[in-house]
Amino acid sequence: MRLAEAFRVALDALRANRLRSLLTMLGVIIGVAAVVVLVAIGSGAKQEVEAQVEGLGSNIIFVVPGSVEFGSAPSISRLQLEDVDYLGRVIGNPDAVATTVSSGETVSVGSAEVFSTIAGTNENVPNVFTRPVARGEYLTATDVDTRRRVAVLGSAVAKSLFGEVEPLGRQITIAGVRFRVIGVFEEVGSTFGVSRDDEIHIPVTTAQQLFGVDRIDAIAVKAPTIDDVEPLRKEILAALAEEYPDEEFSAVTQSQILGTLGQILGLLTLVLAAIAAISLLVGGVGVSNIMLVSVRERTREIGLRKALGARRRDITVQFLIEAVLLTTVGGVIGMAIGIGASLLADTFTPLPAVIAWWSPVLAFTVSVAVGVFFGVIPARRAGKLEPVEALRSE
Amino acid sequence: MTTPAIEAVDVTRVYSLGGAEVHALRGVSLRIEAGEYAAIVGPSGSGKSTLMHLLGLLDRPSSGVITVGGRDATSMSDSELAILRNETIGFVFQSFQLLARTAAIDNVALPLLYRGVGKRERRERAADALDAVGLGDRKGHKATQLSGGEQQRVAIARALVGEPQLLLADEPTGNLDTRTGGEVMETLERLNAERGVAVVLVTHDRDIAVRTGRQVYVRDGLIERDESKAVAQ
Repeated sequence: MRLAEAFRVALDALRANRLRSLLTMLGVIIGVAAVVVLVAIGSGAKQEVEAQVEGLGSNIIFVVPGSVEFGSAPSISRLQLEDVDYLGRVIGNPDAVATTVSSGETVSVGSAEVFSTIAGTNENVPNVFTRPVARGEYLTATDVDTRRRVAVLGSAVAKSLFGEVEPLGRQITIAGVRFRVIGVFEEVGSTFGVSRDDEIHIPVTTAQQLFGVDRIDAIAVKAPTIDDVEPLRKEILAALAEEYPDEEFSAVTQSQILGTLGQILGLLTLVLAAIAAISLLVGGVGVSNIMLVSVRERTREIGLRKALGARRRDITVQFLIEAVLLTTVGGVIGMAIGIGASLLADTFTPLPAVIAWWSPVLAFTVSVAVGVFFGVIPARRAGKLEPVEALRSE
Repeated sequence: MTTPAIEAVDVTRVYSLGGAEVHALRGVSLRIEAGEYAAIVGPSGSGKSTLMHLLGLLDRPSSGVITVGGRDATSMSDSELAILRNETIGFVFQSFQLLARTAAIDNVALPLLYRGVGKRERRERAADALDAVGLGDRKGHKATQLSGGEQQRVAIARALVGEPQLLLADEPTGNLDTRTGGEVMETLERLNAERGVAVVLVTHDRDIAVRTGRQVYVRDGLIERDESKAVAQ
């Protein structure tokens, strides 16, 4: 019997039992849809995080005191304001070095009051990070040097303090001290769940006085090109080691952060896919089960076909095609549902979902393979039936 | 001497049933000539069904030889047997054995499907076979939409479509009333006469058996009597 004929015979058999065929497929449909959706959400999370890290700017090296390895002891080392100038001299480009010291403080305007992250920074932030100012200006070197009480507001905090009123030139009170607003940032969204539109930037010198500290939290250095990042990172570490032989500092590049995060999120995606794959496997067992029942039910039909000249292979192929058709059709439906659900989740929920091209292809391939694998046992059993005994059964 | 349609030489068939051996056939030799019209007669348990299964190549003898058109069937593989069965033997069963949800014409075409005949030719030949049994106007009917007599004639058309040398009919009228049973018998006899296909009935009903030219009586796994009207010729 030709394969095309076997296909038609198998299709007719499945059509004859529509409800059962559909219910059998359901396991595969759910399994494939789950794989596609969960992988899409995992990939979406990964892409979102990557976009956030890249959205900070490009070719940035973060310098922090102590070690950033997991399990390391809390650092006793400190970065100070002089280190910003020192690193600027070392790399020969003082404008490419930004710094920050931050603290959460209460900010008020009249009766409006918010709790905001106050970041003490220097004038180089726009050189290093992607942080455009929408209106007014950013902090200047003079602001930093003379410890001025001026502030640049994030778009969200500007809105909650001033509403529709233009904040430029107006006064705000941060931890009881009055500041003048000289700029408002463009909206930039959040990084790792922290909204950067809630930040307020003030001169780092003013901030140290306000917070009562003489340290800084971190230094950020921008390399001119991607190829300069790694040499520059080594240069910075060497310079700090020379200046502070007994202390430890870390310099981390964006690509290192991305690599680590990518690994974690990749693993998460894999775990999600594995869980979904289990349901696909269970669906396969369901197919096997129903096919065994079907072989038993149709014993007489098998006997008749054999009496009329069907060979063992004809019968085996027919039942195998039935099983594979079930999982293949289930796979296609599951794929469609999975892609649809992913798009819906992406549009209507905060979960970002990105359909990786490989996940529907993989899920589909696996569902076909599941059909072959779980169809073989019932199909072989059908093929092996003796015509006399099969015809006799009622 | 012409080549017989099928010949069994000293065949036995032993089943083991829960450890005990059951000798269903204990040495039977039978020769069915091409174009012959014969009946295998016997009560239930006589071994006549076993003999029919062996003649139909649905089962293998425990010992002895079966030849079809001069070819030794006992040494063939399962696949070779399936092909030989497909090409040389047509079956008519007591319970019709039609695929219920399938149209009459597709039921009839089934043997040709396993012979690898193309779809168009299958349909043409199946339509001819249905015409030959007088069911030309029932081609598209599902088996379940037909009466018992009609179903059995569809089954006869199916047995005939592959142009076999031998048609084996196992109690073909067993599930039918006398009148429709008579019609089925007339169909079989007409085909035997017109097409020269050998017809072997397996039955316990002597009234049916005496319509044929030869009665082979089977009892306790042996041929008891083989009466032929051939002497009259």
